[in-house]
Amino acid sequence: MAQTLTQKILAKASRQAAVAVGDIVTCRVDLCLLLDSGGPRRIWPRLKELGTGVWDPDRIVLCTDHFTPAVDAESAAILKLTRDFAAEFGIERFYDMQGIGHVLLAEQGWLEPGMFAVGGDSHSSMGGAFGCLMMGFGAIEMTGVAVTGEIWIQVPDTLRINWSGEFGAGVAAKDIMLFLCREVGTDNAFRVLEFGGDTVAGMSMAERGVLCNMAAELGAETGVVPADDATLAALRLAGRSPAADALNWQTDAGADCLAVHEFDAASLAPQVAAPHSPANSGPVVEHAGTPIDQAYIGACVGAKLEDLQMVAAILKGRRVANGTRLLVAPASQRAYREAAADGTLAAISEAGAYLLPTGCGACAALGAGILAEDEVCISSTNRNFQGRMGANSAQVYLGSPYTVAASAVTGRITDPRELLA
Amino acid sequence: MTAVISGRAWVFGDNVNTDVMAPGLYFKSPMSAMAKHCMEAVNPDFASQVQPGDIVVGGKNFGIGSAREQAAMALQYLGVGAVLAPSFGRIFYRNTLNFGIPALRLPADMIIEAGDQLHVEPETGRIRNESRGTACAAPALPPHLLQMVTAGGLMPYLKARLAKENRDGR
Ligand code: SF4
Repeated sequence: MAQTLTQKILAKASRQAAVAVGDIVTCRVDLCLLLDSGGPRRIWPRLKELGTGVWDPDRIVLCTDHFTPAVDAESAAILKLTRDFAAEFGIERFYDMQGIGHVLLAEQGWLEPGMFAVGGDSHSSMGGAFGCLMMGFGAIEMTGVAVTGEIWIQVPDTLRINWSGEFGAGVAAKDIMLFLCREVGTDNAFRVLEFGGDTVAGMSMAERGVLCNMAAELGAETGVVPADDATLAALRLAGRSPAADALNWQTDAGADCLAVHEFDAASLAPQVAAPHSPANSGPVVEHAGTPIDQAYIGACVGAKLEDLQMVAAILKGRRVANGTRLLVAPASQRAYREAAADGTLAAISEAGAYLLPTGCGACAALGAGILAEDEVCISSTNRNFQGRMGANSAQVYLGSPYTVAASAVTGRITDPRELLA
Repeated sequence: MTAVISGRAWVFGDNVNTDVMAPGLYFKSPMSAMAKHCMEAVNPDFASQVQPGDIVVGGKNFGIGSAREQAAMALQYLGVGAVLAPSFGRIFYRNTLNFGIPALRLPADMIIEAGDQLHVEPETGRIRNESRGTACAAPALPPHLLQMVTAGGLMPYLKARLAKENRDGR
């Protein structure tokens, strides 16, 4: 019978010929991403309590990102514990202060089409850009994975989301996701979003990552972009050799999907989500002119090299408005280096932006750049829940890197197309 | 876990997220400090007044958001007996069960208001609203989840599994 990509991956992971939507299956995990936030600090005490170790250190990728660099005694202790954990269990794929875990997985090419991967963080869905099924879980459940290498899954439905046509200037994958949070809603547990259409086929791996990352905002089990030549090229660039059958991991024609949504990218305007939900979104014009205190470029979703390049395209030859601050925290050390090498960072800093270290930073109020009471911020991050970036009364708008940069230049929420024209 | 959980209802709206249950600002603090701020942004009285056994009744998509298990841990710390909602954020749903708190899908037509006296039977999914004299049946938990919740959550379940593997000689 025709199967979705999700069914095929879960059948393989649970060692069965086929699985049906709604089946509860126990899956073996091909790769497990642990971060400093919900990783060793929460798992290690439980391993001690259970008197056991990790099932397979070679299937674990461990990164420090949420608490880097240490800003107080607590974060320093968490980082030290994370390093000790890597040494204790012999985790070789340990990336200390190299960037945000979801971005590092992509840079290092550790994901492959057809894999079943899990991560101790909700945005683990970002891995789906590589044609694999990668889902996020809480630390308690990651303890179970660390001990047994297994996890139960209820086989989810598939929601196909197809985009066709070319983006206009100043529009990016982020705008697609803010639009979808509103149009498809955020109540999508037990559903996988499978992205397709020629817009998606033409996207870079980084932009595909944005789609899958924000599947979390739609409340979906995860997001996936089925593998194609671009996927394989990215893996080869990272020094990996994808399996010969890598491109076979596709949804069969005629497989049962819950629904198919078709959208037109050419008519999509830049989107902004108003406080306090990513679903509270609309075309940027609805909020144009709102004065802002801070513009923030950061996070797994919004500070990769390509995001920094979008920012530079807007800022080149311009200045950040007086009375507004633009903070930029590159998502990885590699993004930092490459942005330094190609002139992107120069354009950003010459415009008066304030550069922050690599890491999660202000995205979840753990690092530098948090907001005071009543401050207004526009951010390239993925979530604007009340209090997430600091004070409960702070107002956070979400936009693409283009929109955030354009707003920094004028000091007000601004349609980036006005500055690109 | 007792067969019937009885307590007062604390009612919340749609899309209450994990950051509201476990605010990032208190992430480095111990749970005793963080739990004081649970739900603060939507109901400042909840954390100080909730009683052990009380039942949290969420709106649609309850617990949307991050993987932070502290959201479920805060409810556990405060002694919440069960969580009912028409639909859940996926990780929060799993975390709640993993900490041994039954999470049941509330039928859409069941009316529950703040302070109503509720009785919940996780095994059958039966929910009774004593204050209104109404009752309904939520879909029961699948057996393997019920077993885990009854054991007290994932940790006791893992302990039992490891003990069995040791006995059987791994
Ligand atoms: S950058 Fe933000 S969304 Fe991404 S992993 Fe870090 S805290 Fe989570």
